[in-house]
Amino acid sequence: MSETTTAPSAGGATRGQQLSSLWQGYPLIRHLVTAAIGLAVVIVVLTAVDDFQATKLTEMAYIAIAAGGLTLLTGLNGQISLGHGALMAFGAYTTALLYDDREVGTPLVVVVLVSVLVTVLVGILIGIAAARLHGPYLAGATLTLAIAVPEIGKYFDQLGGDQGLRLFVPEIPQWATDIAYYLTGSDPSRSKYVAFLAWVTLIVVFILLANLASSRIGRRWAAVRDDEVAAELAGIDLTRARVSAFVVSAAAAGAAGAMFALAQRTVGPLGFSLNLSLTLLAIVVLGGLGSLTGAILLSGVLVFLPQIVMDLGSGADLDATRASQMATLTFGLVMVLVILLAPRGLMGGVRALGLRLRSARAGRRTPPASGGSSSSGAAPSPTTDPASPSSTAETAEPDDGSTPITTKKGTS
Amino acid sequence: MLTITELTAGYGPITALRGVTLTAEQGRITAVLGANGAGKTTLLRTISGLHRSTSGSVTLDGSTVTRVPAEKMPALGMSHVPEGRGVITELTVEENLRLGGLARGRVKADDLNRIYSLFPPLDERRHVAAATLSGGERQMLVIGRALMARPTLLLLDEPSLGLAPRIVTQIFELLKGLVDNEGLTVLLVEQNARSALSVADHGIVLNLGQVVADDSAATLAADDQLRHAYLGF
Amino acid sequence: MLQFTNTALAGLVLGMIFAAFALALVLIWRSTRILNFAQAPMAVLTTYIALVMIEDGRPYWLAFVVALLAGLVLGAVLERVVIRPVEGKPDINAVILTLGLFIVFKSGAEVIFGTKLRTYPPTFGIRGIEIGDTTIGITTSDFFTIGAVIATLVLLVALFRFTDLGLKMRAAANNQEVAGLLGVKVGAMLTLGWALAAVVGSLSGLLIAAGGLVQPSYMDSIVVFGFIAAVIGGLESPAGAVVGGLLLGFSLSFVSGYLSAQLVALVALGILMTVLTLRPGGLFTATQGRRV
Repeated sequence: MSETTTAPSAGGATRGQQLSSLWQGYPLIRHLVTAAIGLAVVIVVLTAVDDFQATKLTEMAYIAIAAGGLTLLTGLNGQISLGHGALMAFGAYTTALLYDDREVGTPLVVVVLVSVLVTVLVGILIGIAAARLHGPYLAGATLTLAIAVPEIGKYFDQLGGDQGLRLFVPEIPQWATDIAYYLTGSDPSRSKYVAFLAWVTLIVVFILLANLASSRIGRRWAAVRDDEVAAELAGIDLTRARVSAFVVSAAAAGAAGAMFALAQRTVGPLGFSLNLSLTLLAIVVLGGLGSLTGAILLSGVLVFLPQIVMDLGSGADLDATRASQMATLTFGLVMVLVILLAPRGLMGGVRALGLRLRSARAGRRTPPASGGSSSSGAAPSPTTDPASPSSTAETAEPDDGSTPITTKKGTS
Repeated sequence: MLTITELTAGYGPITALRGVTLTAEQGRITAVLGANGAGKTTLLRTISGLHRSTSGSVTLDGSTVTRVPAEKMPALGMSHVPEGRGVITELTVEENLRLGGLARGRVKADDLNRIYSLFPPLDERRHVAAATLSGGERQMLVIGRALMARPTLLLLDEPSLGLAPRIVTQIFELLKGLVDNEGLTVLLVEQNARSALSVADHGIVLNLGQVVADDSAATLAADDQLRHAYLGF
Repeated sequence: MLQFTNTALAGLVLGMIFAAFALALVLIWRSTRILNFAQAPMAVLTTYIALVMIEDGRPYWLAFVVALLAGLVLGAVLERVVIRPVEGKPDINAVILTLGLFIVFKSGAEVIFGTKLRTYPPTFGIRGIEIGDTTIGITTSDFFTIGAVIATLVLLVALFRFTDLGLKMRAAANNQEVAGLLGVKVGAMLTLGWALAAVVGSLSGLLIAAGGLVQPSYMDSIVVFGFIAAVIGGLESPAGAVVGGLLLGFSLSFVSGYLSAQLVALVALGILMTVLTLRPGGLFTATQGRRV
């Protein structure tokens, strides 16, 4: 179901065409290659930056991990969750509980996996409860979750109460120090080590998410989002589709929470306020629903923009509190403006542009089709109106398509 | 009294009406017929202002109303009963009727009683939630509601849809009565061409957005070739 | 016995406040099918306007009325300018938009009015009513709160049920296209819906503030509890909002009084999930079949 059909012509396909069809036809290859490039970029960047920026990059990574899961849930499956910060909390607290002592020798990978598992279990429970809810009811329920879960942390002393739990992050393993020294000529600092962990986790999670999205499972999720009744008639189990989408996003959130814990080294209720959940949702929508690329980019914007705004603020002689408030205000204004002016978010706009270019190119190559029938891949009118029926090209690429949620806003 | 001239309208790249020209004469029932997708509903929606035409004009009693928004049409004497009937399910029967009358100003008991005498089944269900009405009752309700505004032109979109033949006959007879007694002009879109032609004075046949026949109802009903080609019987 | 009574009375007052906020949400939902996440910060702003007037020496009740009118204007302008573009679009657009407005209004209040705690004078007395020689946990201000919310509910119900304007608003809410065909100025009805909702929201903001301390985040808790109350009630009926509010108010008051204040959020979640599991559309919605 690729958007352009590059059938090898009678004259034999060129090497370029062969590679192109390989790239289009096998999402897995696409994802792995992108991941490898990404990993290389990460290593280069981490070597170059200082420790403070490394911690910022770590923050960007774990926010992006959670956002990635959420963008699939909301963009591909149509479930709006205002409570993903709470899911991160489960992953973070699990990691904190497992690393509560200096003497703990459990390998990092195991701890992260256990954290993910715990969050997955919670995700199953919540997902089942949420599967029957739609629209505002789902929003309300997840909103309550976002508020209620941190309270659990406060209530139980074993979870550290108000103060939270402290983590004892294990020492950097010798082999990691050796490799880092070999590559960069110096010992890796703790911050850079954690940053590296976070980004590797991100890459791994995103490969999995991207593969899921472009698989049959991803198409089922999209079908349920687009038309429940049709999906059911086609034999798709609605509840299973919804719960699986929720669980996958929960797993991502759990991984994000684990990274959060390793980075922050204290895990308390204050770190998982409603703000976190709302921020994740904002990133997802502004980046383009269903777009993993958008999730990463907007996470970067979120993490680095306040600093920029605050620098501007202190340049204008505002005190720290005021500057931080201005940063928040700016963020809110951006959200409002983007929704009003570019409802499909960043990647949606890019996507629409890409479609326009492709259809223009296709129009020039092939003779214009008659009447209303559109040529392959060209949307009838690349509108930025998310309510318009999504073009066939977009529904054909669920892995990074930013298809709008076409929930029926019908009355009567 | 309703004149459409070269009306063209569409949805994006899809043209639904191509230069449609027709006249609905005063005090007559004009039927608009054709297969699914012929453009009949688009025609009504464009006339009543729900849909924007790309070119052409709509004239009501001499004044151009092409760009008049739908909300202002009842005041000009045009009532449109849309496809699917459009019963406001949350309201009661009487509330639906009241709503129709509000377009003209204050609603008096007499106005309501007039409708109740035209449609006795509604009289028995004045304060019942409209959602509980049967298909035939709903059709009566929306026609009654449209009549509350005392229109001079009534647009009806597929009133027979989903109704038993007996009820369809009742409703069409009622329409004929209104036209004969009160000089109402009716533009009737129907897929059920047979029933429509039995009560209409004049008929227009649309195919793929264009007028392919424009003649008296009797002539159309007698034209076997036309009927087979476009009307399905 | 006294503790029980006092807890119940506190629950009643709390419930009424939740009900007022939930009413505002229900009004907006009914007219435009949008959940207004920004309702609380809007009320915070209008309350601050009143507070500034009071601190400036203006009459208390003048400030009260001004706050309500400010809400009216704010709601109307917001709907016409900012919300109109997303009506009819996918739900998530409105969610993000109102969340964005939430952030803008709240941080706007912080920037303009600062985060220092300020006192807002009570509406009436703050001493418990004395019956015989026991003082019970309800004040004349509380009576005003209860009365104001009940009056609001009665007025709204009267508006919708008995007036032509209310009829038009209900029609526009139920089916915009058909209402338009019947001559209803749908746009105006939507604006009116938001304006009314904002007035009710402002009222709830004033009722919470009166007799307490105010800072931009003072309505944060009601954001969630008000939502829960509205959702429990089913979002469709004003009566549902009140029932939901009271149910929640009583429950939370008793949990806080007899168990622990920290369990309140969890209990709220529990109530919400229980109601939604039994009736996914809230208590007061008639079950609607799915349209195929």
